[in-house]
Amino acid sequence: MKQTVKKKYRLKISAATENLEIIRDFINRLAKKAGFNDEQVDQIELSVDEACTNVIKHAYKYDARKMIEIDVFIDPEKIEIMITDRGNGFDLSKLAKPKLDEFIKHARPGGLGIHLMKKLMDKVKFNIEPGKKTQVSLIKYRSQKGSKK
Amino acid sequence: MNGFQVRHVAKDDVSILYLSGFLDAHTVPQFENALEEVIKKKRYKIVVNFKDLDYISSAGLGVFMGFIEEVRANGGDIKLSNLSKRVYKVFDLLGFPALFEIYDDEQEACSKF
Repeated sequence: MKQTVKKKYRLKISAATENLEIIRDFINRLAKKAGFNDEQVDQIELSVDEACTNVIKHAYKYDARKMIEIDVFIDPEKIEIMITDRGNGFDLSKLAKPKLDEFIKHARPGGLGIHLMKKLMDKVKFNIEPGKKTQVSLIKYRSQKGSKK
Repeated sequence: MNGFQVRHVAKDDVSILYLSGFLDAHTVPQFENALEEVIKKKRYKIVVNFKDLDYISSAGLGVFMGFIEEVRANGGDIKLSNLSKRVYKVFDLLGFPALFEIYDDEQEACSKF
């Protein structure tokens, strides 16, 4: 049986907007090291920024004492980034796809970020345990097979 | 750590805002303040030059949506110029080219007022 080599990395960091740059650098380095091309690296980096921005703004409401956990799994097929917060969670069904012209008048918190993540990554999965934790998994495949880009 | 700068230059009745570095949820307040300053002076013809901006997230794009109504209601506009391919892609993914005028260079953007 073929053995799959899976590399794991972890960053646990205070939920402050000033740390977004550090988070982006962390993801950028790992995605590059894993062999993704420049465009894919940009897409992965922006998606993780959007997910963490949503955690800081909406799950933790700018409370920098709270922590964001970022787990990265790299295998020959894909990169998966799992972002975990210990906030209250949210109702995914209430986050409709934003219509830009309406968005100008009625900003829907976090909606644009999730919309971007879905466009940039091959898979976006949410695991919401209300009152306990919320996990967002962002997956990008290396090859065109199963990939949007 | 501060990786973002915004500079305002008035060219006749057009205000040009030059952005550099990265525009994310952390640096957005600086950009909002700069736009507010310009609008407070009742200068509603605005060009944002992105030549030296390396990175933008949806937080940065949200700023444009927050101000555009007021600016247009006063007979002005916010036009964008000199976007790098990387930055343009983010605007494009969110459908901004349908809502904002985007030009290759600043001169062209200014001439459209």
